[in-house]
Amino acid sequence: MNWETVIGLEVHVQLATKSKIFSGAPTAFGAEPNTQACAIDLGFPGVLPVLNREAVNMAIKLGLGIQASIEKKSVFARKNYFYPDLPKGYQITQHDLPIVKGGHLDILLEDNSIKRINITRAHLEEDAGKSLHDTFPGSSGIDLNRAGTPLLEIVSEPDMRSAKEAVSYLKALHSLVRFLEICDGNMQEGSFRCDANVSIKRPGDTKLGTRAELKNINSFRFVEHAINHEIQRQIDILESGGKISQETRLYDPDKDETRSMRSKEDANDYRYFPDPDLLPLTLTDKQIQEIKSTLPELPQEKHQRFLDQYHLSAYDATVLMSSRALADYFESVVAIVSNDHAKLASNWVAGELAAALNKDNIDITDSRISANTLGQLVLRIADNTLSSKTAKTLFEALWLDGGDVDQLIEAKGLKQVTDTKAIQALVQKIIDDNPAQVADYRSGKDKLFGFFVGQAMKESGGKLNPQQLNDVLLETLNQNR
Amino acid sequence: MALTAADIKQIAHLARLNIAEHDIPLYTEQLSRIVDFVEQMNAVPIDFSTLISASDEPNTPLRADTVTEIDQRELLQSIAPHTAAGLYLVPSVLDDKTPKDIDYVE
Amino acid sequence: MWNKTVAELSRALQNKAISSVELTTLFLARIKQHDHKINSFITVTDELALNQALDADKKIATGQAHPLTGIPIAHKDIFCTKGVKTTCGSKMLDNFTSPYDATVVEHFKAAGMVMVGKTNMDEFAMGSSNENSFYGPVKNPWDLERVPGGSSGGSAAAVAASFAPASTGTDTGGSIRQPAALSGISGIKPTYGRVSRYGMIAFASSLDQGGLFAKTAEDLGLLLNVMAGHDARDSTSIDEPVPNYTATLNQPIKGLRIGLPKEFFNPNLDSKMAAVIETAVKEYEKQGATLHEISLPNSALAIPAYYVIAPAECSSNLARFDGVRFGHRCKDPVDLEDLYKRSRSEGFGKEVIRRIMIGTFALSSGYYNAHYLKAAQIRHLIRDDFHRAFNEVDVIMGPTTPGPAFKLGERTNDPISMYLSDIYTIAVNLAELPALSIPAGFIDNLPVGLQLIGNRFDEVRLLNMAHRYQQCTDWHLNIPGDF
Repeated sequence: MNWETVIGLEVHVQLATKSKIFSGAPTAFGAEPNTQACAIDLGFPGVLPVLNREAVNMAIKLGLGIQASIEKKSVFARKNYFYPDLPKGYQITQHDLPIVKGGHLDILLEDNSIKRINITRAHLEEDAGKSLHDTFPGSSGIDLNRAGTPLLEIVSEPDMRSAKEAVSYLKALHSLVRFLEICDGNMQEGSFRCDANVSIKRPGDTKLGTRAELKNINSFRFVEHAINHEIQRQIDILESGGKISQETRLYDPDKDETRSMRSKEDANDYRYFPDPDLLPLTLTDKQIQEIKSTLPELPQEKHQRFLDQYHLSAYDATVLMSSRALADYFESVVAIVSNDHAKLASNWVAGELAAALNKDNIDITDSRISANTLGQLVLRIADNTLSSKTAKTLFEALWLDGGDVDQLIEAKGLKQVTDTKAIQALVQKIIDDNPAQVADYRSGKDKLFGFFVGQAMKESGGKLNPQQLNDVLLETLNQNR
Repeated sequence: MALTAADIKQIAHLARLNIAEHDIPLYTEQLSRIVDFVEQMNAVPIDFSTLISASDEPNTPLRADTVTEIDQRELLQSIAPHTAAGLYLVPSVLDDKTPKDIDYVE
Repeated sequence: MWNKTVAELSRALQNKAISSVELTTLFLARIKQHDHKINSFITVTDELALNQALDADKKIATGQAHPLTGIPIAHKDIFCTKGVKTTCGSKMLDNFTSPYDATVVEHFKAAGMVMVGKTNMDEFAMGSSNENSFYGPVKNPWDLERVPGGSSGGSAAAVAASFAPASTGTDTGGSIRQPAALSGISGIKPTYGRVSRYGMIAFASSLDQGGLFAKTAEDLGLLLNVMAGHDARDSTSIDEPVPNYTATLNQPIKGLRIGLPKEFFNPNLDSKMAAVIETAVKEYEKQGATLHEISLPNSALAIPAYYVIAPAECSSNLARFDGVRFGHRCKDPVDLEDLYKRSRSEGFGKEVIRRIMIGTFALSSGYYNAHYLKAAQIRHLIRDDFHRAFNEVDVIMGPTTPGPAFKLGERTNDPISMYLSDIYTIAVNLAELPALSIPAGFIDNLPVGLQLIGNRFDEVRLLNMAHRYQQCTDWHLNIPGDF
């Protein structure tokens, strides 16, 4: 039977502020337990919250980055529930009136097409602490260093139809927040965390199925596993005549399964109400414009410019924009090779370079080949000094040992042969060495043309200009046909 | 409105309070009276178009993103009921069904 | 010396007629001798006070003193005081030594005032009689069988009994003005946001406001000069310049318009109380002020709205008392739920539990709109009532309480009748306005107060009017006989 999957994601992005959202305690990761939890973070009697300006600015940046509405008035509310990692017995969060409403993110699908995922809202809130379970038998240890770290919770519409789409969306959002420099994106440290709402329905049904909320899926790989596992679980239930219950399920990466966390009967009543310790957050157009002017260029704008200015495909542009540093690198290369060769530059940055970075697990900012060097290399391809084959050889050499492009071309003899007489001599040699194949070709076996090209390239060490070789080969072989 | 004993138990649970069984009738009676008393409010229709003060709320102030707090763990934990290795200790929040590296906010 | 005002003591210290150490010793001795009768202190900080007095004397000797340097003050035990037990009148915080000072405590310290101790109060400031304290009820110095009012009952009684010339209090629904009236002293609740709430343990954050008790309006002005001011640590603190509250105390009040809300002077008002207020108001008329009947049509809704908003906020504010990081923790909890439920039920008293229950219910799904949202709307109506009234008059006057102090135990079993004792004070908190209460006479040998309500940030005018009244009356000079 056919089922359609409906997925919406809630992503908790830790904002990269120096201090907490409501206190002056530091936010650095990995400190000794409770050394970064001040009286305010611990909810001591009498303490009060004061909102961090930078957290607000970062929320505005995200809103601008997804082309959302930045709300002129947003309100912090208290979400009341008891848990040891929540010191005050309530979480300060934006409920009815979030700072960001609407917006969208375009994602790249596997078939290289682009899909628009709508975003419902993004709101500011404080992170909770952590419970540690291993150290003291029968007890949980509470570390509140993380309590009060600013979070931006970004809630998507249920627009995704597969686990792969969910991963694409998550990757696009991950790249956006890093692009905007509002989050370090470190998923292992919990800087970027994801919950997924998953349901299934019959294709064509307008009504959504009952959903399960999956929590604790904090890596791209887990997201895909957890969602696929959940989809299968729901299909199994429905196909055996059962009913899905609305519930929160926790993903256990060790066992690769989801488990029910609490039943509906135990549903929490969060008793939201506006936090009387904080007044409404009001923003003016001027403030929003000021933030906008600090952004060099919005990702969506940059994307459009890559299409217009460099005539790249949407796919190429999306790949290059997976991080701001990669996009900057690409533009540095284009600055050397000129817009005419932007497509070629794009192929090298997104292709060979990205693969090498990936293979050695190096960040673009630490690339072993500078944008300047890669630009020289691309120039030598563009002016036919290098063939694509010799260019790859040269790239590998540069990646391993560095060096100057032109010197290495000289030293390694990688210069492409463009002297027609030399090519004619080589072609004649190939013809002389392979009389049988020549005869077959001349009697109509056109497919053998590739054989001659291969022989010539092999003979020359890949240094022939392919177009010239083609021309000479055709001319010579067809002489007596 | 009349609250029931079940209401009282549910409210007490939400507020994480124990109410002794023999006190429930008293709470039920008193809270019902208080609720009746406060529900006098609902007799009043409110015309928002005439409200003057609703629109002049001040803006919440913003602080600079600078670290102003130093580590005071020793002082702050000196009055804590139960700590070890710098952690606040509570009865285990793990049940046998919960994975160990759980990390999410509600 | 012990019955002098802050202003008089300030002069005596400056003139070296007495040292701060002598003065402090004197008040500490009075507390030791008499407080067992009224139980107004939870903690007396003898040693700390004498050290502060020594420092104060050094400052005075070198001519670096502030006018308040060396003068003793008592703080309501709701204000966090670094290194000193801060209980909020609750078993929950019986073991709590604050790691930091409240902003207002810092202000008074910086001025060189000497803290003699922490005063008794209704637990978490919930109450109108000071019978809800874990440390036992406070008794009224005028009649030991009666309540001093609440929740700042200890602070009011301590000043009435001359254990300190001044004290701090907090007022969420009348908790300064009502005990000031019932204890026969002066008390001011400033405009919401005028005084920092940082370090003041929260009951109902949108209503709580720190304020003062003293014998005279002049003293309130001297102290408010130090207490008031913007605090960047309190988002609801208002960044308005602080005027000199004592500069205009003597200004003539001729031509000022006094509003008398007809809702306050209805037939239900006790005739003796009505007579007291009438006499007081006549005094103002004599000085050239004019009287005007005004209307605060929604004032009857203030109490029901208050008893939704305050418990709702308190139910959330008090969730942090969970036995994990500070405060009372039950013995040997079997699991997390047991830790929470037993720690909280053992640590909180009956009234606190009752209000947490009401607030939890009012916020719970299905009742939020009918309760909390409705109350918030009524709050706007009440603000608007005052807003309109202050277009017509400069100050509003009326009784502070329906009658004089009631007997201990008289209302403890009837929460609603207790709530109704705040009928004249609560609307002011909902409207965030400044108000003060000054002694205006006696009913059956018990003091009662006149309430003056001002427009936002008009404390200057309230103090001016109260001072003018005290220049030609002597109700505020009466002292309870046993002290």
